[in-house]
Amino acid sequence: MDYGLDKKSNSLKTSNTIFIVIWLLIACFPFIWTFWGSFKVRADFFSRADWWYAITAFNTLIETGAKFTTEAYSGAWFEGEFWKASRNTVIVTISVVSISLFLGTLGAYALSRSTKNYAFWLLIIALIFRAMPHITLVSGYLFPFFQLQIWGILPTTIVVLVAINQPFTLWLLYSFFKTVPKELDESALIDGCSYFQTFRHIIMPVMWPGVITAGLFSLMLAYNDFTVTALLLNQENHTMVPKIQSYLGTNQHEGNLMWAVSSVVSATAPLFILVMFFQRQIISGLTAGAIKG
Amino acid sequence: MPNRSFFWFFLPAGLAMILFIGLPIISTGIQSFYAQHDQILVEVKKCDPFGCKVSVVVDQEATSKIKDEKPLGKFNGFGTYIDRNHLAVDQVSEFWGESKSIGDFINKVGNLPFYKALVFTLTYCVFVTPCVLLLGFIIALSLNAISRKIRGPLIFGTILPMIVTPLVGSLVLFWMIDAEGIIGANLQMLMNDPYLSLKSSKTLMWITIIIYGVWHHSPFAFVVFYAALQTVPQEPLEASIIDGASRFQRVKHIVLPHIYPVVTFVALISLMDNFRVFEPIIGFSAEGSAQSLSWLIYDNLVNEEVILFGSAAATSIMTIIGISIILAPVLIRTWREFKTNR
Amino acid sequence: MKKILIALTFLLFGTYASADCNIKSGSINILANDFPALRTLVETASECKGKADFKVTHSAEHNKIAVPALTANPSEFSVRVAANSSIVPLMNADLIRPMNDLVKKYGKGIQDSQLITIDGKVMAVAFMANTQHLYVRTDVLKENGISIPKTYEEVVAASEKIRAAGKMKYPYAAAYKAGWNLAEEFVNMYIGHGGEFFQAGSAKPNINNAKGVATLNMLKKLADLSNPDYLTHDSEAIKVEWESGNVAIMTLWASRSGTLLDDDGDAKITAATKLVAPATVGGGNIPAATLWWDGFTLAKNRSDADAEASFRAMAHAASSKEMVAKAADQAVWLVEGFVPGPKSVGVIEAVKMGAKPYPMLPQMGLMHGALGSEIVEFLQGNESAEQALKDVEAAYMTKAKEQGFL
Repeated sequence: MDYGLDKKSNSLKTSNTIFIVIWLLIACFPFIWTFWGSFKVRADFFSRADWWYAITAFNTLIETGAKFTTEAYSGAWFEGEFWKASRNTVIVTISVVSISLFLGTLGAYALSRSTKNYAFWLLIIALIFRAMPHITLVSGYLFPFFQLQIWGILPTTIVVLVAINQPFTLWLLYSFFKTVPKELDESALIDGCSYFQTFRHIIMPVMWPGVITAGLFSLMLAYNDFTVTALLLNQENHTMVPKIQSYLGTNQHEGNLMWAVSSVVSATAPLFILVMFFQRQIISGLTAGAIKG
Repeated sequence: MPNRSFFWFFLPAGLAMILFIGLPIISTGIQSFYAQHDQILVEVKKCDPFGCKVSVVVDQEATSKIKDEKPLGKFNGFGTYIDRNHLAVDQVSEFWGESKSIGDFINKVGNLPFYKALVFTLTYCVFVTPCVLLLGFIIALSLNAISRKIRGPLIFGTILPMIVTPLVGSLVLFWMIDAEGIIGANLQMLMNDPYLSLKSSKTLMWITIIIYGVWHHSPFAFVVFYAALQTVPQEPLEASIIDGASRFQRVKHIVLPHIYPVVTFVALISLMDNFRVFEPIIGFSAEGSAQSLSWLIYDNLVNEEVILFGSAAATSIMTIIGISIILAPVLIRTWREFKTNR
Repeated sequence: MKKILIALTFLLFGTYASADCNIKSGSINILANDFPALRTLVETASECKGKADFKVTHSAEHNKIAVPALTANPSEFSVRVAANSSIVPLMNADLIRPMNDLVKKYGKGIQDSQLITIDGKVMAVAFMANTQHLYVRTDVLKENGISIPKTYEEVVAASEKIRAAGKMKYPYAAAYKAGWNLAEEFVNMYIGHGGEFFQAGSAKPNINNAKGVATLNMLKKLADLSNPDYLTHDSEAIKVEWESGNVAIMTLWASRSGTLLDDDGDAKITAATKLVAPATVGGGNIPAATLWWDGFTLAKNRSDADAEASFRAMAHAASSKEMVAKAADQAVWLVEGFVPGPKSVGVIEAVKMGAKPYPMLPQMGLMHGALGSEIVEFLQGNESAEQALKDVEAAYMTKAKEQGFL
């Protein structure tokens, strides 16, 4: 596996390790800082007097009597009703991922097995669709959704997120299906299977790696989306990101920044578990999928 | 695949895209050609808790009469596209006439909102995209050489910048780069300049946003490249080691050609995302020094009490056209591949 | 004017009007911004819901949602909580209903001063007020022998003195973040100079004049006394500057005073923090500040029964003495029975000095937007004041033409 690195070359190994360590520091530092700061009070974490306060917990000590406080967490989760938002996020994320994978695999499979010109043009159109700024799309939805009285509910948001995410999913899965040998389904077709049967019995068992990768990216979108969820959900159904936004305050009125910080840490934790759990599949999925571009 | 089966397979995905992206794009396109009706203003007496005053309001009766006649608004053709807040055709030609030198002309044009935004957007694309590709590739190569046992956490660490909600990710960074924040203060010390502030100068703000862009997008390139590296065949590599090829030569002649298609994919997606750059501008409160096309749209739709849909629609359509132009070379290549592959 | 002062300062007496909480039917759905005072208000309204269906959406994106939501028929929301700027798009599109009848029938506890009337029609009922005014550090001023500044010229002089004394590098702060905030500061200062944004009776811009130039020059002088990052500083940022002791004089919203006076943070700074009247400018006698109100409006595209139920619930809250007593430090309430505390000083002084409300004009939002982005170059020193004002007018005219105002 260590194809790129001579096992003998120690200097290369050292410089490689140094590079990785530096990169990880750059990549993780803001998050580690946030994590650390989420146990402090606002005056320390967002200090303009001296950033060192965030380490020494100068004000935290004065205000709470200890160096660490979990006030931000209890405040956000219970007083700020973050639990409700996380429940909604779970519903939205699971639905978006499963629906968009379902639609995406069917569509991408068809695209990859069609030799007609229109298949290419459909892919290009999908790509151009992806270029549309989300904020314009969502502003366009508002009036029809209000008129049809489907604004504010979770299913609407789920469908919109699925649709917005479809071009990317199609492209990723299209390139994945391209790597699945055509002979596999051709022989099944000769045996008298219909396309649906072929898809069900031949393709489905081998498509999981690709699907998991596409799923990861759908999940990120559904989990982190702000534009769609903030504008299309009513308060009862707000997901985590609009909730965090509401903690930030407005021009005229004070927010609760520490709630936002602790919410961000809380929101990242489940992703950590997911990525750790699926890392092998993610990588192998991409391996199989993206290679043909 | 026969057309019939294709239709049924593609229908659900296609329907979702047509309904929620295709139709809105068409309606946005139509709206960009229309302006609002004339609003008839009348003066009336207005009272609030702080006193009374005579000032104008929209005369609803007169205005609704016009509105009922033409619900879409008044047809404006390319009027919105060429007005001062977009392509500013009149202003540009006027500047061309009155400017003494090319520099003066460029200065004046650069002061127009659309061109100001375009310059930043393109600068951002030009710097961020190659850096993302390069950094993503180097990280992938380097992580790939690390023992498998500890790769899991390392991979998570590497993709963290991508998965933390940008909304708050940039807020925290905004405080960190403040002159009194951990990064800003240490930079001052490092540069030995107590007045250094990343937020006060335009150039430094641009550099900050570009670095943030590279930091935020590299993990995406990394994930895809890393996966692609797993499929590089071993035999030619081993053969080349025996032949005495250096590490750099091996990467150049064996690894790169093998993962080349993936590079196209990543380049395509990151170019598109970078052209729509928007979140860091809001996150870093950088509106004063950096504006992008997407920010202009946001500004028209959100920042003002009166929503300028026609204006936002025109900018959106031009964004799509801009992205299509940038992507054209890649698309032509894909078309050739499509032709030969089938 | 007297009316208001009475409302703000004295009204401890008067008849207690309990809203009739016997709503039998209808449905209430409220759209409001998201901050504590509005949450308190909505909770108070929900006490009165009776058998009506009661829903609420507090959202920071309320401005974006409001127009499409109220345009639909029937509209999603029956009540929209708005301010003097955000009521404008609703009136432009004719989306809110006059409530004279409802006020007559159910608005017993509401004072006349709370009513927003347009041509005699009650379009909104206000319940809280806000403005921007000066905050000063009395200890720093005393040390340098400076009296509390009354005009922006004095603010400049005082800040220069503090800087010269080596006490603080950047003694002044205001929310100059490019965009809405910066434009708001321009609006304040221009009004302080006695300027009018539009030619009388029309939507033609009228800012490229001596007053506009004076406004910009004053903003520039103040900006030079602020932290060089001022173009990224919103209310939150300058509040933190203040708490860290980096600033001696500041212009900030009255509604933001909350945490500056509480126990958290440096006790010395908190003790020396004083809220004073807004400053005047250029020899004018009205303050360079705008008054803001928050009030509720009723959707037009909703049944009369819903409107009635909604009005009764909201009127209960907008006249509730218990609420303003309990939440006295959350806002400057315009409701009868409110006892102003130290946090209300700025608003009361502003009203006394005859401050003007933020212009409730159909095209004002466009002007505000144009200001926010076009005067930045002037402050950065890349452009003359005249050029910046010319740019503002050009940007505004383009937008106004597209919107049909010109």
